[in-house]
Amino acid sequence: MSQNSLGESAVQKAVQSQNNGVAANATQTQPLWLLAEITYRCPLHCAFCYNPTDYDKHTHNELNTEQWIQVLRDARKLGAIQLGISGGEPLLRDDIEDIVIEAKKLGYYSNLITSGVGLTEKRIQAFKDGGLDHIQLSMHDITEEINNFITNTKTFELKKKVAAMIKNHGYPMVLNVVIHRYNIGHMKEILEMAEALGADYIELANTQYYGWSLVNRNQLMPLKEQIDEAERITNEFRQKVGNKMKIFFVVPDYFNNRPKKCMNGWGEVFMIVTANGDVLPCHSARVLPNMVFPNVRDSGLEYSWKDSPAFNKYRGDSWMKGPCVTCPEKANDLAGCRCQAFLLTGDAESADPVCSLSPNHYLIEKAIEDSKNPVLASQPIIFRTDKNSKKYASGESTERIEEFHALP
Amino acid sequence: MENKIQHSDVYAIAHHHRFQWEEAQQSYVILFPEGMVKLHGGAGEVIKRLDAKATVADVVADLKATFPDAEGIEADIIGMFELALEKGWIRKI
Repeated sequence: MSQNSLGESAVQKAVQSQNNGVAANATQTQPLWLLAEITYRCPLHCAFCYNPTDYDKHTHNELNTEQWIQVLRDARKLGAIQLGISGGEPLLRDDIEDIVIEAKKLGYYSNLITSGVGLTEKRIQAFKDGGLDHIQLSMHDITEEINNFITNTKTFELKKKVAAMIKNHGYPMVLNVVIHRYNIGHMKEILEMAEALGADYIELANTQYYGWSLVNRNQLMPLKEQIDEAERITNEFRQKVGNKMKIFFVVPDYFNNRPKKCMNGWGEVFMIVTANGDVLPCHSARVLPNMVFPNVRDSGLEYSWKDSPAFNKYRGDSWMKGPCVTCPEKANDLAGCRCQAFLLTGDAESADPVCSLSPNHYLIEKAIEDSKNPVLASQPIIFRTDKNSKKYASGESTERIEEFHALP
Repeated sequence: MENKIQHSDVYAIAHHHRFQWEEAQQSYVILFPEGMVKLHGGAGEVIKRLDAKATVADVVADLKATFPDAEGIEADIIGMFELALEKGWIRKI
């Protein structure tokens, strides 16, 4: 899973943002997208995973099937249409079939976001019969070596089999490839592989730095020149294949002068319910200080979306500081990402340091320089494993997180 | 481009796309992997009539009969077909 894949990419190209600058409780903004992060358990150990580094503490108190079905019903009443069933690896739960059936009944357009591990003929047939609309499969590289290295698992052959299974069941082929230093040089081959697999959509999601990918930033970040070349190859390929395969290239924000409009605005379009029932406006919001997020065990989704202090805190622009508050461009990006601002500067209300107008922009420039430093870059990757997560959650380890506020 | 719309053409919603009325939005939407579009009034009325049987001429005639007060809507309807085809929301039968 990448932060990009759901956070701020293809979805937003089609979903018109609504009511920027005005609190939802005054304008009835609706959550169009419900993301169910149904479990944080995962058989893969991807170095770029955006899941929280302390995810292990949320693996023992997952919502049960009945609670998820209630979440689906309540979110639908609020206006949610698109449902993403994500994780961790959602297929580690044995009730995805029930959730899919309920989603169909309620009229969601449902999407299973998966690594493919655990997908069998029996399960995919049940998903098809139950009315699942599509499956988004993560791929990592054209080489077995890089796939197995970056995921820290031997999953290369399996992914190819799963891709064929998805196609055989009449599903659109939707691929997500997270791009980083280890695969950015294979862009043409990755696109050719996607074409050969009959992909209808492919998202090339440049790594953004949250959770595990932030810890591994020096190891993952490609060079600016590599990104430019990757984009050039992508554009060339797009010309060649035309409408047959839709290609989304998500530009990495560290190399932009302006921040991304994170989540299309805080509490504007996306609602995330986590494995343990927390209701969040973005995947990584729990890193923010002094925030209490609602939980579906205690309060309903309507309260969470419309009235909870957490969802209203960064709606609109009344919370902004300088330079954003007087910036003529503030409606374009709503000051960027609150989590990134906090993780890198220690102040959640400051401008996203990605912005060249931010007084903290030097932090991004330094991060880019650091990633070229052979000493830093040669430190080993810290993979997303239960063991490593337990160490972060218990405070036993603070390796490479000291400089980032509030991690884990 | 192959986007020339003929009166005898027959269209349906594209594969892997779903068209439905959304009560909460008070509008028709088209849903597809990774996205959705909200269709405003007239656009929804056009797509609603695509059942893989009706010709473009049938759709135009039906809309004219349903909205007798709307003048010169034929060009708008054809324009919607062109847009929907270009965007890949509909497919020619």
